[in-house]
Amino acid sequence: MRQLLTGAAFSGSSEGQSSDVHRKRAIFQFALFLGIFIRKEFLHVFRDRKTLLMLFGLPIAQIVLFGFALSNEIKDSRIAVVDYSKDAVTQRLITKIGSSPYFNIQRTLASADQIDAAFKKGDLKMAVTFPAGFGDALIHTGKATMQVIADASDPNQATTITNYLNQIVADFNSELAAGSGQPMTILPSMQMMYNPELRGAPNFVPGVMALVLMLVCTMMTSVAIVREKELGTMEILLVSPFKPVYIIIAKLAPNLLISVVNLFVILFLSSVFLGLPVKGSFLLLVFGSVLFIMTCLSIGLLLSINAQTQQAAMTGSLMGMMLPTMLLTGFLFPIENMPIALQVLSNLVPSRWYFIIVKQVMLKGLGIGAIWRELLILGGMCGLLFTISLRKFKIRLQ
Amino acid sequence: MEPVIQTDKLTKRFGQFIACNSLSFAVDKGEIFGFLGANGAGKTTAMRMLCGLLGPSSGKATVAGFDVYTQTEKIKKSIGYMSQKFSLYDDLSVAENIRFYGGIYGMSRPAIRTKTTELLEELGLQKEAKTLVRELPLGWKQKLAFSVSIVHDPQIVFLDEPTGGVDPVTRRQFWDLIYSAADNGVTIFVTTHYMDEAEYCNRVSIMVDGVIAALDSPANLKQQYGAATMEDVFYELARNAKRTSE
Repeated sequence: MRQLLTGAAFSGSSEGQSSDVHRKRAIFQFALFLGIFIRKEFLHVFRDRKTLLMLFGLPIAQIVLFGFALSNEIKDSRIAVVDYSKDAVTQRLITKIGSSPYFNIQRTLASADQIDAAFKKGDLKMAVTFPAGFGDALIHTGKATMQVIADASDPNQATTITNYLNQIVADFNSELAAGSGQPMTILPSMQMMYNPELRGAPNFVPGVMALVLMLVCTMMTSVAIVREKELGTMEILLVSPFKPVYIIIAKLAPNLLISVVNLFVILFLSSVFLGLPVKGSFLLLVFGSVLFIMTCLSIGLLLSINAQTQQAAMTGSLMGMMLPTMLLTGFLFPIENMPIALQVLSNLVPSRWYFIIVKQVMLKGLGIGAIWRELLILGGMCGLLFTISLRKFKIRLQ
Repeated sequence: MEPVIQTDKLTKRFGQFIACNSLSFAVDKGEIFGFLGANGAGKTTAMRMLCGLLGPSSGKATVAGFDVYTQTEKIKKSIGYMSQKFSLYDDLSVAENIRFYGGIYGMSRPAIRTKTTELLEELGLQKEAKTLVRELPLGWKQKLAFSVSIVHDPQIVFLDEPTGGVDPVTRRQFWDLIYSAADNGVTIFVTTHYMDEAEYCNRVSIMVDGVIAALDSPANLKQQYGAATMEDVFYELARNAKRTSE
């Protein structure tokens, strides 16, 4: 009898006795059944220790690897000096720069016109120019500006060495002030050559986020569903009163959770070890991420409908999603420099938009005003893909 | 007695192709009904329509008293299903599999608990309750899969080639389980390629090219076709088939 009752409750709308008690009971039962299914999905995930380790180890390994590369000290950078002033102050500063372990004055140029050619010849990382009357200006006005040009084609290196130079100049400023008793300030005016916006510097954290989330969601989802097809259990599920849409929800639940955990791990690591905290709204970032996660889950779903074997699903997600994510997102190669065809194509890659969202919110601290367009695009992709996959999932199996 | 499955000119077309052509038959409660046919004869399509997975093109059919066009959800609750591929989760334990399948059929927790104990006892698997299914021998998996498919006490259970690739001894034991389920009033609707199994059925239907070519008890069929075994009956009917694979 009990079984009959719960059976009726399961369908929710049957029998026409839609009293409140019945409805509540139905909702309760529904939650219970979905719970049973989700529990099973979690068991699948936790039984597979190797995959689990990979899922959580991957983001940590990536952050540590990239972080280590970032924090590496750069010594003996070759620089060039152009000194139009040739006074006591510039001599002292040049000597100070040259004697630091970070810089190696490769050559002294007669004119700033030669800087460009010197950069193009290769191994030069930075050029420092003192304008004419530098020392005089400093003594009379207490202020002087030196020009620093760095080769920013490797943005990490450019940032690091300009920071070194800033420190040396700051040091020199206080020496001067202590010696003369009046404040004297040399302002280095920094200029980045070849890559003025320093693209690439903290770019890898948003990149890793997009990559890891894409990997977990797309691959894990498609493999989890295709596995049921291979095992033959999918048939059983479809013959059961359990609705296809609940199968999908249950399948997505563990991957959603794993992805969110991964997201927090990455944010924590990058904030603690890389000094890249979330500058903007944390909630906004999480919202954008969940949108991206849902998009990736839908792609995984779509892949699983077409793939017949787990291997096919895996290859499909690796080749079909990982590569475009790596290449067309803009974190390894700037999209602006790509051929038009690829630029157009990159618009279809969800991670491209997510990448922008993360950069704007996390690194620049911008609000929703700066990313509403990206959010809208991502939301549209998510809705479209989810609807298509839901439809196809039903058609395919019923 | 009211039949549990009744079809009347049940037909399924895929474009020009007629997978099932005007099937009419009835299956009684507690009957073991063999559903035979060469590959491509239309067995799977017919079974899918009866399970509520596939909408028929025309004709009528009721399963457990419910209409296959409009009441598929109710049909799904009244039937069990087991396919050739065991349909158990390898990486879940025996008890977890039982709990999961009980759960998706809407059984309450206490009911699942009672049923699990009962079932493990019946199969002699008490000690293996926490063993992962992948560690069980094939024959045990098969029996467990069958027991799981009727864990929610369905009126009818559909078995799609349940004994594919299993040794004769295990098959015999498997059929013991089927008999005991039938004795408890469960109707068994089974497809098979093993003709010795066809002999175990109360009645057998043989499909050829989308139509039911013969339907009777094995004894009557053998008599009718003047054959010594069901194998001969089947061969006699199926050799003229035009379709060969699904």
